[in-house]
Amino acid sequence: MRNRRTMWRWWGTIAVIGCVSLWNMPSVAFGQESTETETPSPPAPPSQVMAKDAPNDTGTALDVFWELSADDVSDAIPRRVIRYEIFRRKSLNEEYQPVGEQTYQNKKFTDTQCHPDDSYWYQVVAVGPNGEPSTAVETPTPTRPRVQYIDTSRLWFGIELFVVCAAILYYIERARKGDSFTIRHIPGLDAVDEAVGRATEMGRPCLFVAGIEDINDIQTVAGVTILSRVAGLTAQYDASLIVPTSRSLVMTTARETVQSSYLAAGRPDAYREDNIYYLTDEQFGYVAGVTGRMMREKPAACFYFGHFYAESLILAETGNSVGAIQIAGTAEASQLPFFVAACDYTLIGEEFFAASAYLSKEPAQLGSLKGQDFGKMCGAAILLMGCLVATVAGLTENDAIDAMLDYLKSNVLGNGGFLP
Amino acid sequence: MMKRTIPVMIASIAGLVLVVAHFIPPAQSWADEVSSWFQILAAVAFILGGASLFKIHLQKISDQRPGWGYSALTIVAFTVTLIVGIFKIGVPPSESFPSMPWSGDYVGDGGVLWWIFTYIFTPLNATMFALLAFFISSAAFRAFRAKNTEAMILLVTATVVLLGQTYAGTLLTGYDWINPHLQLKSIVDEWLMPVFNASGQRAIKIGIALGIVSTSLKVLIGTDRSYLGNEE
Repeated sequence: MRNRRTMWRWWGTIAVIGCVSLWNMPSVAFGQESTETETPSPPAPPSQVMAKDAPNDTGTALDVFWELSADDVSDAIPRRVIRYEIFRRKSLNEEYQPVGEQTYQNKKFTDTQCHPDDSYWYQVVAVGPNGEPSTAVETPTPTRPRVQYIDTSRLWFGIELFVVCAAILYYIERARKGDSFTIRHIPGLDAVDEAVGRATEMGRPCLFVAGIEDINDIQTVAGVTILSRVAGLTAQYDASLIVPTSRSLVMTTARETVQSSYLAAGRPDAYREDNIYYLTDEQFGYVAGVTGRMMREKPAACFYFGHFYAESLILAETGNSVGAIQIAGTAEASQLPFFVAACDYTLIGEEFFAASAYLSKEPAQLGSLKGQDFGKMCGAAILLMGCLVATVAGLTENDAIDAMLDYLKSNVLGNGGFLP
Repeated sequence: MMKRTIPVMIASIAGLVLVVAHFIPPAQSWADEVSSWFQILAAVAFILGGASLFKIHLQKISDQRPGWGYSALTIVAFTVTLIVGIFKIGVPPSESFPSMPWSGDYVGDGGVLWWIFTYIFTPLNATMFALLAFFISSAAFRAFRAKNTEAMILLVTATVVLLGQTYAGTLLTGYDWINPHLQLKSIVDEWLMPVFNASGQRAIKIGIALGIVSTSLKVLIGTDRSYLGNEE
């Protein structure tokens, strides 16, 4: 009896172990589906891989083009192609080396690390989400980059620049030969005399700000040009001139300019080098320094001529609050409304660049203004032609006129021409 | 004579190189060279700028002129920033060279310069920038006072643009029974900004471009030398 019970206990134990073992056996043993992840299949390769010389460069770049992989569908979820990897080699004996990659739906890669003396083979591989690469497709022939000696994309800009420069030089030459040109009154520049005179009468200084850019900016050069005229007047009227600068090079240039003006006015003794000083390159640090001085010394005349950003309004409003007569000029179109709102006179765009000619009244400089007018006429003529062609293209829907319009928009009037 | 001729020659040659490089790709390396010279000049001039700053403020402190306390603060701030930057005080070593104490970036996280930049410079900068909001209000208030016809037109246009660019425009006129082209937002987006504003801006920009060409040419050929001072 006892043996039978022990035997049953043994059989029971074996049965439980058997059931647990069966439960834990790989399900594949029972013909069920595998739970292991399958190795994903690689995406279809790209096709028609080819390389071309990149245009308008020094022979250091090649453009690689390809047709998208058949699995690279624009709105596919999940994506079968994540990126394209680009490889290159210089000779058939070399291994391909990676040079870059592009994301899905891109058909072009520019290799900018080439040398004009070498030829290159390229290979493009489509890569799936788990990094599985497609079959590599390579260029059929090697490609060599070429040096271009003229940037043809800027051809129209070059032609337009040449015409305008030629016109300016022509009118300068005519002015030198004795032709006289009339120039309209610019109230802002007429007011410079008045402002310096007012400062002299009030016994308060004049403040000149030449923008916050360095001397390599043409607006700063134009500003310093006007500074020389203002300095001549302050020397003549015996008024004090303060010129805080935000660039060291502008400080050294402004010192030279003001000193020369004082010398030319016969007042070298009145020149104060310390009144032309460097503050900081930092935009708002500079503003804090200048406005602080404005509040302490309350200048009677403030001149802002140069390249300005957000600080324009802070400076002009502070000048307004101390009761200064304010004249501003900038070519930064976004800052013009601020100056117009806060200053007494504002030189808008080209008036700012005409200031030097206007103040000096030198015939050669006045001639350059006539040249600018010629440039404006040319610009207006091209714009009118563009409007006319666009109107005709809209009315007729003729392919040839459409093509002409496209050429005008993207070359003569576009980024390669009038709007470089 | 030489004091003027040589600077004009340097300016002309450098300018011509930059113009030529814009159209001839192989000359780009010359333009890069000229730009490098400018960077070197600017770096040297920075020493002059720093020296000028020191001299002016030390004089002010020495003469005990009004506001000399600000000058003292400027000198202290300048010196402290210069020293902590040059000696990389508090900068942790670079991960690539952990045994070298000076291998970290001078503005690296945790350094004193980084602390000054993050906790002193940035808030002060933001404070100055924030003043702009108040100045815009005061300037707008003055500019939009309807004292004459031009100011009146400016006021009306500004009001329409302001309302049209904000949600107020949609709230006031964004109803189905109003023709979509007559809604404030459409008037601003489809008409005022791309027609009137854009054409005005383009006219100004064309004038500016021609002015830049003319001024640059005058500097290049030495017709305008007034940036070197009056000659008379």
